[in-house]
Amino acid sequence: MSAPRPREPLAVRLLLIGLAFAAIALFLVIPLAAVFVEAFRHGAGAWLAAVSEPDARHALKLTLLVAAIAVPVNAAFGLAAGWALGKFRFPGRNLVLTLIDLPFAVSPIVAGLVFVLAFGRSSLLGGWLAGHGIEVVFAVPGIVLATVFVTFPFVARELVPLMQSQGTDEEEAARVLGAGFFTTFLRVTLPNVKWALLYGIVLCTARAVGEFGAVSVVSGHIRGATNTLPLHVEALYNEYAFQGAFAAASLLTLVALAAMLAKAFLSRHAGEEAP
Amino acid sequence: MSIEVRSVSKSFGSFLALDDVSLQVGDGEFVALLGPSGSGKTSLLRIIAGLEEPDRGTVHFHGEDATRRDARERRVGFVFQHYALFRRMSVFENVAFGLRVKPRAERPPETDVKRRVTELLKLVQLDWLGDRLPSELSGGQRQRVALARALAVEPKVLLLDEPFGSLDARVRQELRRWLRRLHDEIHLTSLFVTHDQEEALEVADRVVLLDRGRSSRTAPPRSSSRSPPPRSSSTFSAR
Repeated sequence: MSAPRPREPLAVRLLLIGLAFAAIALFLVIPLAAVFVEAFRHGAGAWLAAVSEPDARHALKLTLLVAAIAVPVNAAFGLAAGWALGKFRFPGRNLVLTLIDLPFAVSPIVAGLVFVLAFGRSSLLGGWLAGHGIEVVFAVPGIVLATVFVTFPFVARELVPLMQSQGTDEEEAARVLGAGFFTTFLRVTLPNVKWALLYGIVLCTARAVGEFGAVSVVSGHIRGATNTLPLHVEALYNEYAFQGAFAAASLLTLVALAAMLAKAFLSRHAGEEAP
Repeated sequence: MSIEVRSVSKSFGSFLALDDVSLQVGDGEFVALLGPSGSGKTSLLRIIAGLEEPDRGTVHFHGEDATRRDARERRVGFVFQHYALFRRMSVFENVAFGLRVKPRAERPPETDVKRRVTELLKLVQLDWLGDRLPSELSGGQRQRVALARALAVEPKVLLLDEPFGSLDARVRQELRRWLRRLHDEIHLTSLFVTHDQEEALEVADRVVLLDRGRSSRTAPPRSSSRSPPPRSSSTFSAR
């Protein structure tokens, strides 16, 4: 079905289009541009100095490390969930479906607090771990856990409905033709959801890199040790070190822009996978 | 290879799909399983293929009990109602799939795969479409690719679930005749499910009726002395 041709007079059309563009400029383009203007206010040299300063470098490294753990973990989980929930009916399925969305429903601060309560020194588990020399809260493992929790649903949410709508016909056909479980998974199931999987991974990565709330609670803000890039931005900003804050923020913005481009590219392909 | 189904029952939740059904298909025979929708035809076919387990009863291939045998080892060719072609694979790769996933020891070399797939595509008259994706084919063409794919692994039995169900009338006519001719050529034991009485009588050697989960009777064979329809029932959507 094609959209009906617009019938409004030219002036009305121009006004509406103008308003839409004005809104986009006001809420999206200007703030985005401001980040880069501020970041480069004192020239590229100052920007480079700000992002290559040891604390900034450490924050960047930590952010990438956390994403490098959280994203594969959640991609694997998302695939497993998509497969189990999309292809099978079992008791408790709806409960699991609801629980997957929990990290979206819970405020990130609460999510962070939950980890502090569960793994803090005063808790049973945290005390036992600390006794064995493993620090979770106010250390890297806690940041990884909080990030995994917050980015938990992204891949699964893309894959569950897609795999459900694709059904199990092709898997059954493969089975009758003699293919085993792994062969079927690698040759039939996975290629059928490849683009949606990548799409989910991009969303998951963007959030893992940018997550602030939950990570802020568990990290303890130890500069050069447990500050991720978003926390580093906040710390500098609170100290009125705007140059450094915006320089670091520009890195985060670049990640976001790259994710958006990737998303636009992938969503076209992901659309083809729907049956 | 002959198929024998003995007193098979199957229910889904509280719905009794098959109630003590028995059925025999002789070696090389072409049998139609005729019944209205919801009569359990597809369930029976899936139980024979090993995609579903019966609650009670047994399935025998060539006299051997195969009820517990995995679908992968039954050597059954299955043509799904909606074809279930692998959407990300070319027509060629679809047909080659069964050969490529064989255990390493039995897997034919690439040249043999090519030859065999080309032969099969010629058999279904689609050798010029090997590079296409299933989405680029018409319904009738997809149907024939599904058949070629099922035949690639040299099955002992061919099961077809409403093979002409989603095709338009003219293509359906053509494919019916073509399938009949194909069977006359290769004599593969075949069982096909349909709700169309005319189709069943035209294509099959013998028609078995299934109604509300029970196999009621076997209709006279397809022969030169074409007999009248086995039973007139408004539930059969004969045209």
